[in-house]
Amino acid sequence: MTDATKSDAIKTDASSTRSAGAPVNYRRQFERVALLLVWVLLIATFAAVMPNFLRWGNFSIMFASYAPAALLALAIIIPLTAGDYDLSVGATLTLSASSIAVLNVWQDLPIGLVLVVVLGIGVVVGLVHALFIIYFRVPSLVVTLGSTSLMSGIVQWMTNSTTIGGIDRALINAVVGVRFLGIPLAFYYAIAAAFVLWYVFDYTPLGRRLLFVGRGREVARLNGIAVNRVRVAALVASAVLASAAGILYAGVLGSADPYSGLNYLLPAFAAAFLGATTIQPGRFNPWGTIVAVYFLATGITGLSMLGIPLWVTNVFNGGALILAVTISQITRGREASDIG
Amino acid sequence: MSFDVMAGEVHGLLGKNGSGKSTLVKILAGFHAPDEGGSLSFNGEPTGLPLKPGDFRRLGMAFVHQNLGLIPSLTVLENLRLVPLTAGNRGFINWAAETRAARAALARFELDLDPEERIDRLTPVQRALLAIVRAFEEIELARATTGKPGLMLLDEPTPFLPQSGVEQLFRLVRSITQSGSSVIFISHDIDEVLEITDEITVLRDGERVGELKRADATHDKIVQMIVGRSIARGAHRKTDRTTAPVYARFSNLAGKMLEPSELAVHRGEILGLTGLIGSGYEEVPYLAFGARPARSGEIAIDGAAAFAQTTLSPRRSIEMGFALLPADRQGASGVDSLPIVDNMFLPDVGRFFRGAFMRNGAMVREARALGATFEVKPNDPGLKLSALSGGNAQKVLIARWMNRNPSLLLLDEPTQGVDVGTRQQIFAALRKAAAEGMSVICASSEAEQLAEICDRVLIFAKGRICQELTGADLTKDGISEACYQSAALPTGAPTPYLTQAAP
Repeated sequence: MTDATKSDAIKTDASSTRSAGAPVNYRRQFERVALLLVWVLLIATFAAVMPNFLRWGNFSIMFASYAPAALLALAIIIPLTAGDYDLSVGATLTLSASSIAVLNVWQDLPIGLVLVVVLGIGVVVGLVHALFIIYFRVPSLVVTLGSTSLMSGIVQWMTNSTTIGGIDRALINAVVGVRFLGIPLAFYYAIAAAFVLWYVFDYTPLGRRLLFVGRGREVARLNGIAVNRVRVAALVASAVLASAAGILYAGVLGSADPYSGLNYLLPAFAAAFLGATTIQPGRFNPWGTIVAVYFLATGITGLSMLGIPLWVTNVFNGGALILAVTISQITRGREASDIG
Repeated sequence: MSFDVMAGEVHGLLGKNGSGKSTLVKILAGFHAPDEGGSLSFNGEPTGLPLKPGDFRRLGMAFVHQNLGLIPSLTVLENLRLVPLTAGNRGFINWAAETRAARAALARFELDLDPEERIDRLTPVQRALLAIVRAFEEIELARATTGKPGLMLLDEPTPFLPQSGVEQLFRLVRSITQSGSSVIFISHDIDEVLEITDEITVLRDGERVGELKRADATHDKIVQMIVGRSIARGAHRKTDRTTAPVYARFSNLAGKMLEPSELAVHRGEILGLTGLIGSGYEEVPYLAFGARPARSGEIAIDGAAAFAQTTLSPRRSIEMGFALLPADRQGASGVDSLPIVDNMFLPDVGRFFRGAFMRNGAMVREARALGATFEVKPNDPGLKLSALSGGNAQKVLIARWMNRNPSLLLLDEPTQGVDVGTRQQIFAALRKAAAEGMSVICASSEAEQLAEICDRVLIFAKGRICQELTGADLTKDGISEACYQSAALPTGAPTPYLTQAAP
């Protein structure tokens, strides 16, 4: 087609924008906000049982303390969109937080330098994953499962399996010390990350390429997309974001312990898949992920305030993961999963 | 249509693509319900139709399809004893006994294979033989209960085998018929059919056009029956584009099946490539696009200096103005679960990135305009590609490339699964673009389609270009005939082929 006919076609179309006249699909619109509605319902239920549940302080603590989990969930959806699993984000978070404590508290390095080093560790972790997953073609599930154990071991060695306290006040202040609208800054860092991801996913060519690499690798390759480069970038981005989550985690706690970070993996995965059922159903999307993280957080906070024992948390998270994947499978018309 | 297969005979089944061979196979395998009124008797006893999937096994039938149905990562033993190992509810597997049974089966047909060897380490010939031995074992298993001889269907087992392998395969087939069982041998290769079969049935357009004893059959007679002479050679609207300058010249191009070949496409020319299955023509579009690694090959564009195919990647090809539309629409061409608009502009999303943002609105508007031009129905760019029929999805993917004004469009089976009306729309778009100077290389197994759109057609056989059809010879029948004649060429003899002289 020549350029002349092309621009002609556009001109004729401009007069009849939305000529296809597709009726608004109410079911689809409902699907987008369904999780938000369930969230509101959940809050209302807890509020009915415990009037003090609705206190702003309660929410601001929840928003801040789940910020590392939110960042972790955002980290996961990048390689998930590109068709790879990253199960190691929990371990990367722990490695990052522990490195901050070891370098800052034991080695007395300035906190600014430590943060740069820690993000650098994230890059290295991502590149190592990419080497095995893309160059040696080992399934991502295997590589990141292995590296989880590997990094956990390194963390135990590094910290002598002890909790290290006394991290620089500057970090703690920057994460939870300063508040805006009563909510510590940690929450806003997670929101900022979601903004950036939203921009990349929806408003850059890279986002489109990421999606095609995940859904049809051969299609992407034959359309000139540098599939391997995109996958490497996704894995590195995921590891760096997980490291950043580790920074938030160290800031929120003011210390680093070598074990608890791993507990974030399951809720993060649950949130990633649950998030794919909302806002933009059928796709891993950052706002859906944020909603899902805080939906799960509300559930756990409410249940623990009701004095329900700790084991319920695990049941809740695990159940949510399976349910989320089931729902997203149904909403997508039982299409085969992209990832594998 | 009806035909009989005698006990202990090798029955050849011949016919063009779409003549009904595969439908017959599918009916026997129980995948397809036949139309009312047919009947099937096996060893003199009528069996009800339609057959249910799996019924064939009980009756004593076995199939060897072209892809052989072996699991590459498992051993010879596990593949050979697949049915006995997985069927039934035996408490445990006696591996020593299984190995003995496998060795016995292999020894009976003088197959020198290690039961512990993995399938992917075998040669193509060994794999084909193993698949046949396994099918024979299945027949014998049924025979043990029914006491009657069985029937084996070989569906195109030879196209990827060298000559020596074909002979070995034939020896195996003969020893099977000696046991009293029968074999139906489906093939495109007339000479092979003449060599191995006792009786030959030729199908055309779903009907039996002839049944021949081997003694009466000749190559030419069969070709005539396959191709048919019902359609007179029609008028042609072919244009001789060979006077136009050569746009792309591929020299020494070789792939998995393709032997080093030379071909050139002229500016504004629609060049067709065809041949029998496995003759190597279908590799050319992918090799030319750098989508698959070539054994060798150089490419020269517009008379410029040639460069090696190995330096070519899909990305570089696209930058040079090439476009490839693969045959595998869902696996290689478009992503069903993503919107039409994204599929349409996949190679040039970057174009819509202006001022730090993707202009998603502009993208949708342009997609709707482009969809209107290519008559995509329904023309709603927000829909997933899977919401469209096969023909309309193909229009979207063709629009993707045509919108880029490619200088060379590479097609592989562009109208597979596309309805007749859409076909004409696609052909019209191709002709129009070619008239404006785009070169097209179209690999296709459909003679009719090639005759309709191509200015020149190259016939491939055994990995080589062996004939060129132009002008008045370029008809549906002419192409079909050339395909079957070319396959009769002596193997191994290099067929010198030169494209028409060009500056």
